[in-house]
Amino acid sequence: MSASRASRFNQRSLAPVLFLAPAILFFLFYVIFPIFQSIQISLYDWDGLGPKTFVGMDNYVELMDDEAFYTSLKNNVIWLVLYMLAIPAGLFIALFLNQTVFGMRLYKSLFFFPFVISQVVVGLVFTWFYDPSYGLLNVILGWFGMGPIAILGDETWVTYGIIFAGLWPQTAYCMILYITGLNAVDPEQIEAGRLDNAKGWNMLWYIILPQLKPATFIAIVVTVIGALRSFDLVSIMTAGGPWGSSRVLAYYMYEKAFSEYGFRMGYGAAIAVVLLLIMMIYITFFLMKMYRDERGQ
Amino acid sequence: MFPTPIERRSAALQRMYKTALPFAMILWLLPLIAVALTSIRSAGDITAGNYWGWPTSFNLIQNYSDIFTNTPLGSYMWNSVRVTIPTVIGTLALSCMSGFALAVYKFKGNMLVFFMFVAGNFVPFQILMVPVRDLTLQMGLYNSVTGLALFHIAFQTGFCTLFMRNFIRSLPVELIEAARVEGVKEWRIFWFIILPLMRPAIAALAVLVFTFIWNDYFWATVLTQGAESQPVTAGLYSLNGQWVAAWHLVSAGSIVAALPPVAIFFLLQKHFIAGLTLGAVK
Repeated sequence: MSASRASRFNQRSLAPVLFLAPAILFFLFYVIFPIFQSIQISLYDWDGLGPKTFVGMDNYVELMDDEAFYTSLKNNVIWLVLYMLAIPAGLFIALFLNQTVFGMRLYKSLFFFPFVISQVVVGLVFTWFYDPSYGLLNVILGWFGMGPIAILGDETWVTYGIIFAGLWPQTAYCMILYITGLNAVDPEQIEAGRLDNAKGWNMLWYIILPQLKPATFIAIVVTVIGALRSFDLVSIMTAGGPWGSSRVLAYYMYEKAFSEYGFRMGYGAAIAVVLLLIMMIYITFFLMKMYRDERGQ
Repeated sequence: MFPTPIERRSAALQRMYKTALPFAMILWLLPLIAVALTSIRSAGDITAGNYWGWPTSFNLIQNYSDIFTNTPLGSYMWNSVRVTIPTVIGTLALSCMSGFALAVYKFKGNMLVFFMFVAGNFVPFQILMVPVRDLTLQMGLYNSVTGLALFHIAFQTGFCTLFMRNFIRSLPVELIEAARVEGVKEWRIFWFIILPLMRPAIAALAVLVFTFIWNDYFWATVLTQGAESQPVTAGLYSLNGQWVAAWHLVSAGSIVAALPPVAIFFLLQKHFIAGLTLGAVK
């Protein structure tokens, strides 16, 4: 009896280790250790093949005087701010589609469509949409006697053009979050609100939005991360151009480390560390909320 | 329901809504519709700048067979399959186990391990790029689908563990307690009791991971090069460089590359949305 109890106890303490081991090993080697390795590499001068030379904070000092770094940082801020438009836009479409007319399911799927396709395809589609000679945008502008304008060849417009392309799938994502959220809104509260004569904006603001809080939270998290991860579209639509004016940190890092601009792994890693620090603000915020929720359970 | 159901509104408003719907949808999908139309145009139309007028000929079959016979698109697609399918299987296997362990057992550091998965899942890819490429090179897996799939499995395990753990937590604990009283071994509890109940979560994550990995572009460019191992996202980008202004081919290629995740989405929509909207409802 006592022997079997001991074996059960062993099993109970050994089981989690065995169940967790493969996942933890994979995650440590491919995700956790590389984070620290990158931080370490950022203190070196390294071309990726030859010997590493320790340079201390030199890469970071150089970063402080790097014009291209500030352009990328500024563009990241523009991305972050404008990407947030996906949240109200997604809510707007969700409200528009939250009806039960015939064929609604199909409409909802079609509106969600842009999120399912690859950003590479989105990027190619929009590059072509913006094309100064044949692109649909300029055809439409032509109807109003405007244009043509080469959005992706213009330093002032290029980043906005890329963000607009990114907003397309991101809005679809926020929309689906809100559609799911709206389905779960308590109908009794709506009826009670209607009895109190709450309508339109008031209803939305005081009764619906508070109940959509979980959806809004997730929408903010995924949108911030999407904005900071913006690499695909920049790479495909402009490769950072014209003259580096549409670079973002994620792309600039890649350029420094892997492209013909020189294999400067250390410098690239330093840029990545800055990007990580920005992201850490959100990661910490998210983890703290999760911790509070876990405690509350 | 909010907003007020349209059936309760005036007839005029209802009619307006029903006409606005298809218009809004066409506007929303306009870029895609344009691409689909362009993919069946002839090269002559493209050079003549006839993008928006009636096509002089319909080259559906010709364009689509062209991209498969004259370019390695078929091999890019096959590489995508070879990366995506093992990643889905590997990630699900790892995260079912880790999610189970984190949800069911109380042990020191449980929360810490859990938060490690969650936090790691959010880091920018660039902070991993140099060391992961190095690691892959050292293992001799650079420029191979295996190297790419192994990384994807590891990274996706973060998100999937979060998902699985929360899902298992919502299952009744009594089931496990009862089984333990009966003397059922731990791995049998996992295999025979919990795993069958996890089917909806497995389905949701399978479609989600499939889409994420199929659409990955960044890691494809970091860890592979050349038609023998590059997946279709990276392949399409290099083809785009070759097909300068051959927009009918670029469009056809884009449609082909987008097709598998779109098909999966339409076939398994319920699971897809369940996965994506995890946590959107309390």
